[in-house]
Amino acid sequence: MKWAMVAVIAASSALADVLQSAGMKEQGEIHDFRVWMAGGHLARLMRNRNMLASMGSLAVSFFVFLALISISELSFAVPATAATYVLETILAKYFLNEHVDWRRWAGATLVAGGVAMLML
Amino acid sequence: MTKVPLLHPTGSSQNLRTPLFVAIVVCGNLAGNVLLRAGMSGSTALPALAPTAYLQALLNPWVLLGVPLLIVGLAAQLALFSWADLSYVAPVTSIGYVLTAVAGRLFLHEPLSMTRWAAVFLITAGVALVSSTVPSTAGGEIYGARR
Repeated sequence: MKWAMVAVIAASSALADVLQSAGMKEQGEIHDFRVWMAGGHLARLMRNRNMLASMGSLAVSFFVFLALISISELSFAVPATAATYVLETILAKYFLNEHVDWRRWAGATLVAGGVAMLML
Repeated sequence: MTKVPLLHPTGSSQNLRTPLFVAIVVCGNLAGNVLLRAGMSGSTALPALAPTAYLQALLNPWVLLGVPLLIVGLAAQLALFSWADLSYVAPVTSIGYVLTAVAGRLFLHEPLSMTRWAAVFLITAGVALVSSTVPSTAGGEIYGARR
């Protein structure tokens, strides 16, 4: 059951991040970080279909994560879901067409190795 | 003279904003996750299809404190995604796993073996490697240039 939850969290988190990244690129780079500008940014994001879909995916991830940490330690739950980060590098290359050079592949692989060891 | 807002991407502030926002993502998620775990530690296992149990969990004071911190982390991540690649942001923010393991040991007294310390080293090395690439490979930046 734990591992089924981990799989759901990994898939929904990765999907949420890919959709967020695509949505934010559509919105354009944020230059102004003054607090009173946040409402305008939020209003534009709420009209972006990728962002809305990402929120749904993120909600699934959050509630399954809440269920997971009710039956396991945080030091299992958090690293177990970190496979998401490697999955996201693959999705970034093939779905977002990012240029992923050897340092990014090697970095993601080291992170994956470290994550696997965290669960031992 | 035109006033330039804090963190407006000109000059040295442009160099600062990516590490600053990565730090906000990592700290927001770390503190949020520790508070969620603290809130859930005394509760029984959540059933798969019971919305009221999840709503009750959300009313726990620790969870109520943790959720806004996770939202701050999410907002910072969205801002990062507006200028940085997902393949940069995802591995770099995984340094949070290292901090989560250490925080779990320090504040929640969860075990941290030698194997986990080795894992901490591997993740840190991976993050350092990805951090050596430019955050965005779009917009005419010279890809592969070291910062």
